[in-house]
Amino acid sequence: MSRHIQLTEHGKLKHFLTIEGLDKALLTEILVTAESFAGVSEHQVKKVPLLRGKTIVNLFFENSTRTRTTFELAATRLSADVLSMNIATSATSKGESLLDTIHNLEAMHVDMFVVRHAISGAAHFIAQHTAPHISVINAGDGQHAHPTQAMLDMFTIRQYKKQFEGLKIAIVGDILHSRVARSQILALNTLGVSEVRVIAPKTLLPAHVKNMGVIPLYDMAEGLSDVDVVIMLRLQKERMNSAFLPSESEFFRCYGLTEAKLALAKSDAIVMHPGPINRGVEIASSVADGPQSVILQQVSNGIAVRMAIMTMTLGHQGGTS
Amino acid sequence: MPTASLNIDQLLDTLETEIRQHMGARKLDNPLMIGIHSGGAWIAKTLHQRLAIAEPLGLLDITFYRDDFSQIGMHPNVKSSQLPRHLEGRNIILVDDVFYTGRTIRAALNEIFDYGRPNQVLLAVLIERNGRQIPIQPDCRGARIDLPEGQRIKLTGPEPLGIDVQTIPCAA
Repeated sequence: MSRHIQLTEHGKLKHFLTIEGLDKALLTEILVTAESFAGVSEHQVKKVPLLRGKTIVNLFFENSTRTRTTFELAATRLSADVLSMNIATSATSKGESLLDTIHNLEAMHVDMFVVRHAISGAAHFIAQHTAPHISVINAGDGQHAHPTQAMLDMFTIRQYKKQFEGLKIAIVGDILHSRVARSQILALNTLGVSEVRVIAPKTLLPAHVKNMGVIPLYDMAEGLSDVDVVIMLRLQKERMNSAFLPSESEFFRCYGLTEAKLALAKSDAIVMHPGPINRGVEIASSVADGPQSVILQQVSNGIAVRMAIMTMTLGHQGGTS
Repeated sequence: MPTASLNIDQLLDTLETEIRQHMGARKLDNPLMIGIHSGGAWIAKTLHQRLAIAEPLGLLDITFYRDDFSQIGMHPNVKSSQLPRHLEGRNIILVDDVFYTGRTIRAALNEIFDYGRPNQVLLAVLIERNGRQIPIQPDCRGARIDLPEGQRIKLTGPEPLGIDVQTIPCAA
Protein backbone atom coordinates (compact mmCIF):
# COMPACT_ATOMS: atom_id res chain seq x y z
CA MET A 1 0.00 0.00 0.00
CA SER A 2 2.72 2.43 1.03
CA ARG A 3 4.82 1.47 -1.95
CA HIS A 4 1.88 1.98 -4.22
CA ILE A 5 1.02 5.43 -2.94
CA GLN A 6 4.61 6.68 -2.64
CA LEU A 7 5.68 5.93 -6.19
CA THR A 8 4.50 7.03 -9.62
CA GLU A 9 3.70 4.48 -12.31
CA HIS A 10 7.29 4.97 -13.51
CA GLY A 11 8.66 4.03 -10.08
CA LYS A 12 9.66 7.60 -9.20
CA LEU A 13 9.12 9.09 -5.77
CA LYS A 14 5.87 11.03 -5.51
CA HIS A 15 5.35 11.12 -1.74
CA PHE A 16 7.85 10.30 0.98
CA LEU A 17 5.93 8.71 3.84
CA THR A 18 7.95 5.74 5.01
CA ILE A 19 11.09 3.78 4.14
CA GLU A 20 8.93 0.66 3.86
CA GLY A 21 8.53 -0.50 0.28
CA LEU A 22 11.42 1.61 -1.09
CA ASP A 23 14.27 -0.39 -2.57
CA LYS A 24 18.01 0.01 -2.23
CA ALA A 25 18.34 1.73 -5.60
CA LEU A 26 15.87 4.45 -4.66
CA LEU A 27 17.36 5.05 -1.22
CA THR A 28 20.79 5.26 -2.83
CA GLU A 29 19.44 7.74 -5.41
CA ILE A 30 18.27 9.96 -2.53
CA LEU A 31 21.73 9.81 -0.93
CA VAL A 32 23.53 10.55 -4.20
CA THR A 33 21.20 13.45 -5.00
CA ALA A 34 21.67 14.84 -1.48
CA GLU A 35 25.42 14.73 -1.97
CA SER A 36 25.17 17.16 -4.85
CA PHE A 37 23.00 19.51 -2.79
CA ALA A 38 25.49 19.52 0.10
CA GLY A 39 27.66 22.09 -1.70
CA VAL A 40 24.83 24.58 -2.18
CA SER A 41 25.01 25.73 1.45
CA GLU A 42 28.61 26.76 0.86
CA HIS A 43 27.89 29.03 -2.12
CA GLN A 44 27.91 32.77 -1.74
CA VAL A 45 24.26 32.64 -2.78
CA LYS A 46 22.90 29.66 -0.84
CA LYS A 47 20.14 28.96 -3.32
CA VAL A 48 19.39 27.09 -6.51
CA PRO A 49 16.30 27.85 -8.58
CA LEU A 50 14.93 24.30 -8.96
CA LEU A 51 11.64 24.80 -7.10
CA ARG A 52 11.05 28.45 -7.98
CA GLY A 53 7.34 29.11 -8.08
CA LYS A 54 6.45 26.08 -5.94
CA THR A 55 4.68 26.55 -2.63
CA ILE A 56 5.51 24.24 0.25
CA VAL A 57 3.39 24.18 3.39
CA ASN A 58 4.86 22.92 6.66
CA LEU A 59 1.98 21.44 8.64
CA PHE A 60 3.38 20.81 12.09
CA PHE A 61 0.70 19.51 14.41
CA GLU A 62 3.48 18.63 16.87
CA ASN A 63 6.23 20.92 18.07
CA SER A 64 9.65 20.68 16.53
CA THR A 65 12.35 23.27 16.11
CA ARG A 66 15.12 21.47 14.31
CA THR A 67 13.07 19.44 11.86
CA ARG A 68 10.82 22.36 10.92
CA THR A 69 13.77 24.72 10.55
CA THR A 70 15.73 22.35 8.33
CA PHE A 71 12.67 21.74 6.15
CA GLU A 72 12.19 25.51 5.84
CA LEU A 73 15.85 26.04 4.96
CA ALA A 74 15.80 23.16 2.47
CA ALA A 75 12.75 24.64 0.73
CA THR A 76 14.13 28.19 0.65
CA ARG A 77 17.50 26.97 -0.67
CA LEU A 78 15.56 25.40 -3.53
CA SER A 79 13.84 28.80 -4.08
CA ALA A 80 10.39 27.52 -3.11
CA ASP A 81 7.97 29.68 -1.16
CA VAL A 82 7.39 28.28 2.31
CA LEU A 83 4.48 28.67 4.63
CA SER A 84 4.86 27.25 8.13
CA MET A 85 1.51 26.74 9.76
CA ASN A 86 1.35 27.12 13.50
CA ILE A 87 -1.42 24.63 14.09
CA ALA A 88 -1.87 25.47 17.76
CA THR A 89 -3.24 28.88 16.78
CA SER A 90 -4.87 27.85 13.52
CA ALA A 91 -8.35 26.87 12.49
CA THR A 92 -7.91 23.25 13.62
CA SER A 93 -8.00 24.43 17.22
CA LYS A 94 -11.35 26.01 16.38
CA GLY A 95 -12.70 22.63 15.36
CA GLU A 96 -11.87 22.47 11.64
CA SER A 97 -11.18 18.90 10.56
CA LEU A 98 -7.80 17.86 9.17
CA LEU A 99 -9.22 17.32 5.69
CA ASP A 100 -10.96 20.70 5.71
CA THR A 101 -7.62 22.32 6.54
CA ILE A 102 -5.97 20.37 3.69
CA HIS A 103 -8.68 21.22 1.16
CA ASN A 104 -8.52 24.91 2.07
CA LEU A 105 -4.77 24.92 1.51
CA GLU A 106 -5.22 23.05 -1.79
CA ALA A 107 -7.57 25.84 -2.88
CA MET A 108 -4.62 28.20 -2.39
CA HIS A 109 -2.67 26.19 -5.04
CA VAL A 110 0.08 24.75 -2.89
CA ASP A 111 2.39 22.01 -4.22
CA MET A 112 3.64 20.14 -1.16
CA PHE A 113 2.71 19.37 2.41
CA VAL A 114 5.38 18.56 4.97
CA VAL A 115 3.46 16.93 7.79
CA ARG A 116 4.31 16.18 11.40
CA HIS A 117 1.53 14.71 13.48
CA ALA A 118 1.20 12.84 16.79
CA ILE A 119 -1.02 10.20 15.19
CA SER A 120 0.61 7.36 13.26
CA GLY A 121 -0.54 7.33 9.65
CA ALA A 122 -1.49 11.04 9.48
CA ALA A 123 0.83 11.85 6.54
CA HIS A 124 -0.35 8.74 4.71
CA PHE A 125 -3.96 9.78 5.26
CA ILE A 126 -3.30 13.24 3.81
CA ALA A 127 -1.47 11.74 0.82
CA GLN A 128 -4.48 9.53 0.10
CA HIS A 129 -6.94 12.40 0.17
CA THR A 130 -5.04 15.30 -1.29
CA ALA A 131 -5.17 16.53 -4.91
CA PRO A 132 -3.12 14.40 -7.33
CA HIS A 133 -0.52 17.07 -8.11
CA ILE A 134 0.42 17.55 -4.45
CA SER A 135 3.33 15.70 -2.83
CA VAL A 136 3.38 14.84 0.86
CA ILE A 137 6.48 14.37 3.00
CA ASN A 138 6.22 12.73 6.39
CA ALA A 139 8.17 14.73 8.98
CA GLY A 140 7.25 12.29 11.76
CA ASP A 141 3.94 10.56 12.49
CA GLY A 142 3.21 9.18 15.96
CA GLN A 143 5.36 6.15 16.70
CA HIS A 144 5.29 5.04 13.07
CA ALA A 145 7.98 6.67 10.95
CA HIS A 146 10.38 9.58 10.54
CA PRO A 147 11.85 8.74 7.16
CA THR A 148 13.73 12.00 6.42
CA GLN A 149 15.56 11.70 9.75
CA ALA A 150 16.48 8.12 8.86
CA MET A 151 17.79 9.21 5.45
CA LEU A 152 19.92 12.01 6.90
CA ASP A 153 21.34 9.43 9.30
CA MET A 154 22.09 7.10 6.37
CA PHE A 155 23.73 10.04 4.57
CA THR A 156 25.90 10.74 7.63
CA ILE A 157 26.92 7.08 7.99
CA ARG A 158 27.82 6.92 4.30
CA GLN A 159 29.79 10.16 4.60
CA TYR A 160 32.00 8.73 7.35
CA LYS A 161 32.01 5.00 6.55
CA LYS A 162 31.77 5.18 2.72
CA GLN A 163 29.69 2.01 2.38
CA PHE A 164 27.04 0.10 4.31
CA GLU A 165 28.24 -3.43 3.65
CA GLY A 166 30.18 -4.85 6.57
CA LEU A 167 29.05 -2.27 9.14
CA LYS A 168 27.85 -3.12 12.63
CA ILE A 169 25.49 -0.54 14.00
CA ALA A 170 23.96 -0.20 17.47
CA ILE A 171 20.81 1.78 18.19
CA VAL A 172 20.48 2.54 21.90
CA GLY A 173 17.52 3.70 23.96
CA ASP A 174 13.77 3.87 23.72
CA ILE A 175 13.19 1.68 20.66
CA LEU A 176 9.59 0.99 21.66
CA HIS A 177 8.33 4.55 21.23
CA SER A 178 10.80 5.71 18.59
CA ARG A 179 9.60 6.42 15.05
CA VAL A 180 13.21 7.37 14.27
CA ALA A 181 14.45 3.89 15.21
CA ARG A 182 11.77 2.16 13.12
CA SER A 183 12.73 4.13 10.03
CA GLN A 184 16.46 3.72 10.69
CA ILE A 185 16.16 -0.07 11.04
CA LEU A 186 14.27 -0.34 7.74
CA ALA A 187 16.78 1.86 5.95
CA LEU A 188 19.86 0.13 7.39
CA ASN A 189 18.57 -3.29 6.42
CA THR A 190 17.55 -2.13 2.93
CA LEU A 191 20.97 -0.59 2.37
CA GLY A 192 22.64 -3.84 3.42
CA VAL A 193 24.52 -3.27 6.68
CA SER A 194 25.84 -6.49 8.21
CA GLU A 195 24.35 -6.17 11.66
CA VAL A 196 21.83 -3.90 13.36
CA ARG A 197 21.73 -4.21 17.14
CA VAL A 198 19.19 -2.56 19.39
CA ILE A 199 20.19 -2.00 23.00
CA ALA A 200 17.56 -1.16 25.61
CA PRO A 201 15.86 -2.42 28.76
CA LYS A 202 13.16 -4.98 27.93
CA THR A 203 10.45 -2.47 28.79
CA LEU A 204 11.61 -0.20 25.95
CA LEU A 205 11.82 -2.86 23.22
CA PRO A 206 8.82 -3.87 21.10
CA ALA A 207 7.48 -7.37 21.75
CA HIS A 208 8.45 -8.82 18.36
CA VAL A 209 11.63 -6.84 17.89
CA LYS A 210 13.50 -9.79 16.31
CA ASN A 211 11.08 -9.70 13.38
CA MET A 212 12.42 -6.24 12.54
CA GLY A 213 15.74 -7.72 11.40
CA VAL A 214 17.74 -6.66 14.45
CA ILE A 215 19.61 -8.31 17.29
CA PRO A 216 18.17 -7.22 20.65
CA LEU A 217 20.66 -6.83 23.50
CA TYR A 218 20.06 -5.62 27.02
CA ASP A 219 23.60 -4.84 28.05
CA MET A 220 25.71 -1.95 26.76
CA ALA A 221 29.06 -3.70 27.14
CA GLU A 222 27.92 -6.58 24.96
CA GLY A 223 25.97 -4.38 22.55
CA LEU A 224 28.64 -1.77 21.86
CA SER A 225 31.47 -4.24 21.41
CA ASP A 226 33.16 -3.74 18.05
CA VAL A 227 30.45 -1.54 16.48
CA ASP A 228 31.18 1.06 13.77
CA VAL A 229 28.29 3.38 14.56
CA VAL A 230 26.44 4.15 17.80
CA ILE A 231 23.06 5.80 17.38
CA MET A 232 21.65 7.16 20.63
CA LEU A 233 17.93 7.90 20.84
CA ARG A 234 16.37 10.67 22.89
CA LEU A 235 14.71 9.45 26.05
CA GLN A 236 11.33 11.10 26.11
CA LYS A 237 11.03 12.45 29.62
CA GLU A 238 7.31 11.80 29.75
CA ARG A 239 8.13 8.08 29.78
CA MET A 240 9.84 8.55 33.14
CA ASN A 241 6.55 9.03 34.90
CA SER A 242 5.18 5.77 33.61
CA ALA A 243 6.11 2.20 34.39
CA PHE A 244 8.78 2.01 31.70
CA LEU A 245 11.76 3.27 33.69
CA PRO A 246 12.85 3.63 37.30
CA SER A 247 14.68 7.00 37.08
CA GLU A 248 16.86 9.15 34.81
CA SER A 249 19.98 8.45 36.84
CA GLU A 250 19.33 4.72 36.77
CA PHE A 251 18.85 4.86 33.00
CA PHE A 252 22.05 6.84 32.54
CA ARG A 253 24.00 4.38 34.70
CA CYS A 254 22.84 1.40 32.60
CA TYR A 255 22.28 2.83 29.10
CA GLY A 256 23.80 6.31 29.01
CA LEU A 257 26.71 6.64 26.58
CA THR A 258 29.88 7.56 28.46
CA GLU A 259 33.48 7.67 27.26
CA ALA A 260 34.16 4.38 29.05
CA LYS A 261 31.30 2.60 27.26
CA LEU A 262 32.17 4.16 23.91
CA ALA A 263 35.71 2.76 24.28
CA LEU A 264 34.17 -0.70 23.71
CA ALA A 265 33.19 0.25 20.16
CA LYS A 266 35.70 0.41 17.31
CA SER A 267 38.24 3.18 17.79
CA ASP A 268 36.91 5.01 14.72
CA ALA A 269 33.24 4.54 15.64
CA ILE A 270 30.99 7.56 15.18
CA VAL A 271 28.33 8.69 17.65
CA MET A 272 24.98 9.91 16.34
CA HIS A 273 21.84 11.33 17.92
CA PRO A 274 18.72 12.70 16.21
CA GLY A 275 18.44 15.48 18.82
CA PRO A 276 17.44 17.17 20.96
CA ILE A 277 19.92 15.56 23.33
CA ASN A 278 19.33 15.08 27.04
CA ARG A 279 22.81 15.55 28.47
CA GLY A 280 23.40 13.24 31.39
CA VAL A 281 20.32 11.13 30.60
CA GLU A 282 21.15 9.19 27.45
CA ILE A 283 24.54 10.72 26.63
CA ALA A 284 27.39 12.29 28.59
CA SER A 285 28.39 15.80 27.55
CA SER A 286 31.98 14.67 27.02
CA VAL A 287 30.74 12.19 24.37
CA ALA A 288 28.17 14.51 22.78
CA ASP A 289 30.86 17.18 22.36
CA GLY A 290 33.72 14.72 21.84
CA PRO A 291 35.78 13.90 18.75
CA GLN A 292 33.66 10.89 17.72
CA SER A 293 30.38 12.82 17.82
CA VAL A 294 28.87 13.71 14.43
CA ILE A 295 25.65 15.09 15.91
CA LEU A 296 26.00 18.59 14.45
CA GLN A 297 27.04 17.17 11.09
CA GLN A 298 23.73 15.30 11.11
CA VAL A 299 21.93 18.63 11.41
CA SER A 300 23.81 20.11 8.43
CA ASN A 301 23.19 16.97 6.41
CA GLY A 302 19.49 17.21 7.20
CA ILE A 303 19.17 20.21 4.91
CA ALA A 304 20.81 18.54 1.89
CA VAL A 305 18.84 15.32 2.35
CA ARG A 306 15.53 17.20 2.61
CA MET A 307 16.44 19.23 -0.48
CA ALA A 308 16.98 15.97 -2.36
CA ILE A 309 13.68 14.45 -1.22
CA MET A 310 11.70 17.61 -1.97
CA THR A 311 13.23 17.86 -5.44
CA MET A 312 12.70 14.21 -6.26
CA THR A 313 9.07 14.21 -5.13
CA LEU A 314 8.20 17.49 -6.85
CA GLY A 315 9.96 16.36 -10.02
CA HIS A 316 7.54 13.44 -10.29
CA GLN A 317 5.23 14.96 -12.88
CA GLY A 318 7.43 14.08 -15.84
CA GLY A 319 8.72 10.78 -14.55
CA THR A 320 10.74 10.15 -17.69
CA SER A 321 14.21 11.30 -16.68
CA MET B 1 30.11 22.73 -43.06
CA PRO B 2 28.98 19.14 -43.78
CA THR B 3 29.05 16.95 -40.68
CA ALA B 4 31.08 14.22 -42.38
CA SER B 5 34.08 16.53 -42.61
CA LEU B 6 34.14 17.47 -38.94
CA ASN B 7 37.54 16.70 -37.51
CA ILE B 8 38.03 17.15 -33.77
CA ASP B 9 41.64 18.32 -33.96
CA GLN B 10 40.88 20.87 -36.67
CA LEU B 11 37.88 22.14 -34.68
CA LEU B 12 40.03 22.49 -31.59
CA ASP B 13 42.72 24.33 -33.59
CA THR B 14 40.17 26.81 -34.93
CA LEU B 15 38.58 27.27 -31.51
CA GLU B 16 41.95 27.81 -29.84
CA THR B 17 42.88 30.46 -32.41
CA GLU B 18 39.58 32.28 -31.95
CA ILE B 19 39.91 32.22 -28.16
CA ARG B 20 43.45 33.65 -28.35
CA GLN B 21 42.20 36.47 -30.60
CA HIS B 22 39.34 37.30 -28.25
CA MET B 23 41.53 37.11 -25.15
CA GLY B 24 43.84 39.70 -26.69
CA ALA B 25 41.08 41.95 -27.97
CA ARG B 26 39.08 41.86 -24.74
CA LYS B 27 42.13 41.91 -22.43
CA LEU B 28 41.12 38.74 -20.65
CA ASP B 29 43.97 38.62 -18.16
CA ASN B 30 44.37 35.81 -15.66
CA PRO B 31 41.37 33.90 -17.02
CA LEU B 32 39.45 31.14 -15.29
CA MET B 33 38.29 28.40 -17.67
CA ILE B 34 35.04 26.61 -16.83
CA GLY B 35 33.76 23.56 -18.70
CA ILE B 36 30.11 22.52 -18.66
CA HIS B 37 29.60 18.90 -17.68
CA SER B 38 30.20 16.58 -19.47
CA GLY B 39 31.15 17.29 -23.11
CA GLY B 40 32.11 20.89 -22.38
CA ALA B 41 34.41 19.72 -19.61
CA TRP B 42 36.23 17.36 -22.00
CA ILE B 43 36.80 20.17 -24.51
CA ALA B 44 37.79 22.57 -21.74
CA LYS B 45 40.38 20.13 -20.44
CA THR B 46 42.12 20.10 -23.83
CA LEU B 47 41.88 23.87 -24.29
CA HIS B 48 43.10 24.46 -20.73
CA GLN B 49 46.30 22.59 -21.61
CA ARG B 50 46.71 24.21 -25.02
CA LEU B 51 46.32 27.71 -23.59
CA ALA B 52 48.53 26.87 -20.57
CA ILE B 53 46.10 28.43 -18.11
CA ALA B 54 47.62 28.37 -14.63
CA GLU B 55 44.50 28.17 -12.50
CA PRO B 56 42.83 24.75 -12.23
CA LEU B 57 39.93 24.10 -14.58
CA GLY B 58 36.46 24.80 -13.17
CA LEU B 59 33.56 22.42 -13.77
CA LEU B 60 29.89 23.26 -13.94
CA ASP B 61 26.89 20.96 -13.71
CA ILE B 62 23.81 22.98 -14.62
CA THR B 63 21.23 20.41 -13.46
CA PHE B 64 19.96 22.62 -10.62
CA TYR B 65 19.51 25.53 -13.05
CA ARG B 66 17.74 23.81 -15.93
CA ASP B 67 14.48 25.35 -17.10
CA ASP B 68 12.85 22.00 -17.92
CA PHE B 69 12.79 20.57 -14.37
CA SER B 70 9.00 20.70 -14.20
CA GLN B 71 8.78 18.74 -17.48
CA ILE B 72 11.42 16.06 -16.98
CA GLY B 73 12.10 16.05 -13.24
CA MET B 74 15.39 15.69 -11.48
CA HIS B 75 18.34 14.26 -13.37
CA PRO B 76 19.68 11.58 -11.06
CA ASN B 77 23.41 11.79 -11.75
CA VAL B 78 24.31 15.31 -10.75
CA LYS B 79 28.01 16.05 -10.63
CA SER B 80 29.08 18.71 -8.19
CA SER B 81 30.15 21.96 -9.73
CA GLN B 82 33.78 22.65 -8.91
CA LEU B 83 34.39 26.36 -8.94
CA PRO B 84 36.44 28.77 -6.84
CA ARG B 85 34.35 30.09 -3.95
CA HIS B 86 34.17 33.57 -5.44
CA LEU B 87 33.91 34.55 -9.08
CA GLU B 88 33.62 38.24 -8.28
CA GLY B 89 35.54 40.31 -10.85
CA ARG B 90 36.96 37.28 -12.67
CA ASN B 91 37.52 36.88 -16.41
CA ILE B 92 35.84 33.63 -17.35
CA ILE B 93 36.13 31.47 -20.45
CA LEU B 94 33.02 29.30 -20.47
CA VAL B 95 33.33 26.17 -22.64
CA ASP B 96 30.70 23.82 -24.02
CA ASP B 97 30.75 21.17 -26.70
CA VAL B 98 27.65 21.97 -28.77
CA PHE B 99 25.69 25.22 -28.80
CA TYR B 100 22.10 24.58 -29.82
CA THR B 101 19.10 26.35 -28.23
CA GLY B 102 21.11 28.52 -25.82
CA ARG B 103 19.26 27.24 -22.77
CA THR B 104 22.24 25.41 -21.30
CA ILE B 105 24.30 28.60 -21.45
CA ARG B 106 21.52 30.62 -19.82
CA ALA B 107 21.46 28.09 -16.97
CA ALA B 108 25.27 28.13 -16.73
CA LEU B 109 25.39 31.94 -16.57
CA ASN B 110 22.78 31.95 -13.83
CA GLU B 111 24.83 29.52 -11.79
CA ILE B 112 28.06 31.47 -12.38
CA PHE B 113 26.40 34.69 -11.22
CA ASP B 114 25.32 32.94 -8.01
CA TYR B 115 29.02 32.64 -7.19
CA GLY B 116 29.64 36.34 -7.72
CA ARG B 117 29.71 39.02 -10.43
CA PRO B 118 32.37 38.20 -13.03
CA ASN B 119 34.15 40.94 -14.95
CA GLN B 120 33.75 39.25 -18.36
CA VAL B 121 32.48 35.93 -19.66
CA LEU B 122 33.69 34.61 -23.01
CA LEU B 123 31.66 31.76 -24.49
CA ALA B 124 33.62 29.19 -26.51
CA VAL B 125 31.97 26.17 -28.12
CA LEU B 126 33.35 23.41 -30.30
CA ILE B 127 30.32 23.40 -32.61
CA GLU B 128 27.53 25.91 -33.08
CA ARG B 129 24.47 24.40 -34.75
CA ASN B 130 21.24 26.00 -35.91
CA GLY B 131 18.21 26.11 -33.61
CA ARG B 132 18.93 28.99 -31.25
CA GLN B 133 15.86 29.84 -29.15
CA ILE B 134 17.03 32.67 -26.92
CA PRO B 135 19.26 35.71 -27.51
CA ILE B 136 22.54 34.16 -26.43
CA GLN B 137 25.32 33.19 -28.82
CA PRO B 138 28.93 32.02 -28.67
CA ASP B 139 31.91 34.37 -29.02
CA CYS B 140 34.18 31.63 -30.42
CA ARG B 141 33.41 28.38 -32.17
CA GLY B 142 35.32 25.57 -33.90
CA ALA B 143 32.68 25.34 -36.65
CA ARG B 144 29.13 26.35 -37.47
CA ILE B 145 26.85 23.69 -38.98
CA ASP B 146 23.25 23.34 -40.09
CA LEU B 147 21.36 20.17 -39.19
CA PRO B 148 17.82 19.22 -40.18
CA GLU B 149 15.26 19.42 -37.40
CA GLY B 150 15.11 16.10 -35.57
CA GLN B 151 18.84 15.50 -35.76
CA ARG B 152 21.22 16.18 -32.97
CA ILE B 153 24.95 16.29 -32.73
CA LYS B 154 26.71 14.92 -29.72
CA LEU B 155 30.28 14.76 -28.54
CA THR B 156 31.45 11.32 -27.45
CA GLY B 157 34.42 10.79 -25.14
CA PRO B 158 36.39 11.55 -23.15
CA GLU B 159 38.98 9.25 -24.79
CA PRO B 160 38.99 9.47 -27.72
CA LEU B 161 36.83 12.47 -28.46
CA GLY B 162 34.41 11.90 -31.33
CA ILE B 163 31.37 13.45 -32.94
CA ASP B 164 28.14 11.56 -33.34
CA VAL B 165 25.12 12.74 -35.36
CA GLN B 166 21.90 11.06 -34.32
CA THR B 167 18.33 11.21 -35.57
CA ILE B 168 16.00 11.60 -32.60
CA PRO B 169 13.08 9.17 -32.86
CA CYS B 170 9.63 10.83 -33.01
CA ALA B 171 11.17 14.28 -32.97
CA ALA B 172 8.72 17.09 -33.57
